[in-house]
Amino acid sequence: MQVTIEWYIALSTILFTIGALGVLVRRNAIIIFMSVELMLNSANLLLVAFAQQLADAHGQVLVFFVMTVAAAEVAIGLALIVVIFRTKNTIDIGEINLLKG
Amino acid sequence: MITSYLAILPEILLIILAAIVLVYGRHPKGDRKRGVGLLSSWGVFVVLLVTAGLSFAGVPGEVPQEIWGGMFRNDAFTLVFRTMFVMAALVTCMLTVDVPRLQHGEWYALVMLATVGFNLMAAAGDMIILYLALETASISFYVLSGYATDGRRSPEAGIKYFVYGAFASAVMLYGLSFLYGITGETNISLLTQAVLGNISQPMLLLSTILVVAGFGFKVSAVPFHFWSPDVYEGAPTSTTAILSTASKAAGFAVFLRLFMSGAVGNPSNQNWWVMVVVMSILSMVLGNMAALWQTNIKRLLAYSGIAQAGYLLIGLVTYSVDGTGSILFYLYMYVFTNIAAFGVVILLSRVTGSDEIEDLNGLSRRSPYLAIVMLLALLSLGGIPPAAGFFGKLFIFRAAVEAGFWWLALIGLINAFIALFYYLSVAKHMYLYRSDDEEQPIPVSRAAALALGICTLGILYLGIVPSAVFDWTRLAAQVFF
Repeated sequence: MQVTIEWYIALSTILFTIGALGVLVRRNAIIIFMSVELMLNSANLLLVAFAQQLADAHGQVLVFFVMTVAAAEVAIGLALIVVIFRTKNTIDIGEINLLKG
Repeated sequence: MITSYLAILPEILLIILAAIVLVYGRHPKGDRKRGVGLLSSWGVFVVLLVTAGLSFAGVPGEVPQEIWGGMFRNDAFTLVFRTMFVMAALVTCMLTVDVPRLQHGEWYALVMLATVGFNLMAAAGDMIILYLALETASISFYVLSGYATDGRRSPEAGIKYFVYGAFASAVMLYGLSFLYGITGETNISLLTQAVLGNISQPMLLLSTILVVAGFGFKVSAVPFHFWSPDVYEGAPTSTTAILSTASKAAGFAVFLRLFMSGAVGNPSNQNWWVMVVVMSILSMVLGNMAALWQTNIKRLLAYSGIAQAGYLLIGLVTYSVDGTGSILFYLYMYVFTNIAAFGVVILLSRVTGSDEIEDLNGLSRRSPYLAIVMLLALLSLGGIPPAAGFFGKLFIFRAAVEAGFWWLALIGLINAFIALFYYLSVAKHMYLYRSDDEEQPIPVSRAAALALGICTLGILYLGIVPSAVFDWTRLAAQVFF
């Protein structure tokens, strides 16, 4: 059976949805970060699949940059979590409610 | 070759400056504490001079250039936004010189790196640099929002901005990846040609919605606005000053780059423009309605900023030289106005330790000059002459009427009147109410006074002789038509 581009689109859509739901539903900050990573990686998967199908390198180049940015983002995010944990002793987003929201 | 480097000279200088400030501002003690801010301010001032000098020397020239492999578009549009961002960074640095908890090299260095991100967003000619610039600015601002780790609100603002921001940029990236899949290009002008050739793709509509959501977040338009009141309130006020102005302007720069060129579908008034119209109306109405009930000045300005994003989106819908030019003009006036307003809040909250509207009571007797600056900023936000906001709104509404959107202009006008109510009620606190501390004037350092002076002059200049700047922004708008 031939694996066509639609399969990749479907897989990346599923991954993106899981990630988006994770951000919206889960309350643990670490899990939320993982979900964001999943969303970014679903976009990466799509880019690589399209790049392969179109025989074009631009999409793959973008993926490298996205991975770098994602790493930087996680570093900042974890630092923020540490700061929050020091003052609140929790990383539950639901408990972080000093601001009205 | 040398012109390629000249084109990004301001950004190169900003990065070098950030490195210098980082080294100089490591654990500053004594005189150095103020020195960090002063060094940064002077440095950014030099960058501003270099930007102006380059434009006089003909960089960017009359003809738009695509350099660095199509990554960087050097045209009048880039110049308008770059000047705006560097100016915003300069004024913010000057206002922050005497804020004790931000007297570190890192804060200023991050502001400069964020400014580099903004500049590159406005100049982006390619999806790759667009995404990188957006993240450079965003990641800097996650830290800047959570910078005051001694408080409790600031880290909370930081993590809120981080979670929502990372979510929004992931959504936008997903949209961009579909756009790449449809066209097979990452370069925005090549991509536009491909898109205009096959409009009916449902995937294109999907990618447009995702991209609009991402940038709707950046400019804090309803329904992607929910982060902004919390982040504006919790973040250090200096961060809020530049976040609410330059970051919003950068969002609009990218909006214009992508939408006016037609990269996300043919720019006509029928199909997906409905989405932008709805966002515009919702932003104006909800922003103003929510602002009526605020007791915290930073939250009030946040909701007012949401409403201002609504007015700006009207200019986007018109799809005309006048509309685009008036967006740029409006953003200029917004930068001066909002930084002036937040500047007064910075100085005031250093004395009172909070940022409630009641703290402004009796400000006209306490510090008459500060009260005048604040009054002018409020008038400008409300759109009353002789402040700049009047012409900002006039140009946008006129462009809307000319493009046949008279009903949208009418909704904007009604909202502008509603907004006057809460802007003037803040003025009422300053001029009519009394407080017990009227004998103690608010200390204002020279740097802060100068910064507020620049903003005041900017507001008055744009409000009294708007034509020079409007002609300039219209010229920049012509790159799309």
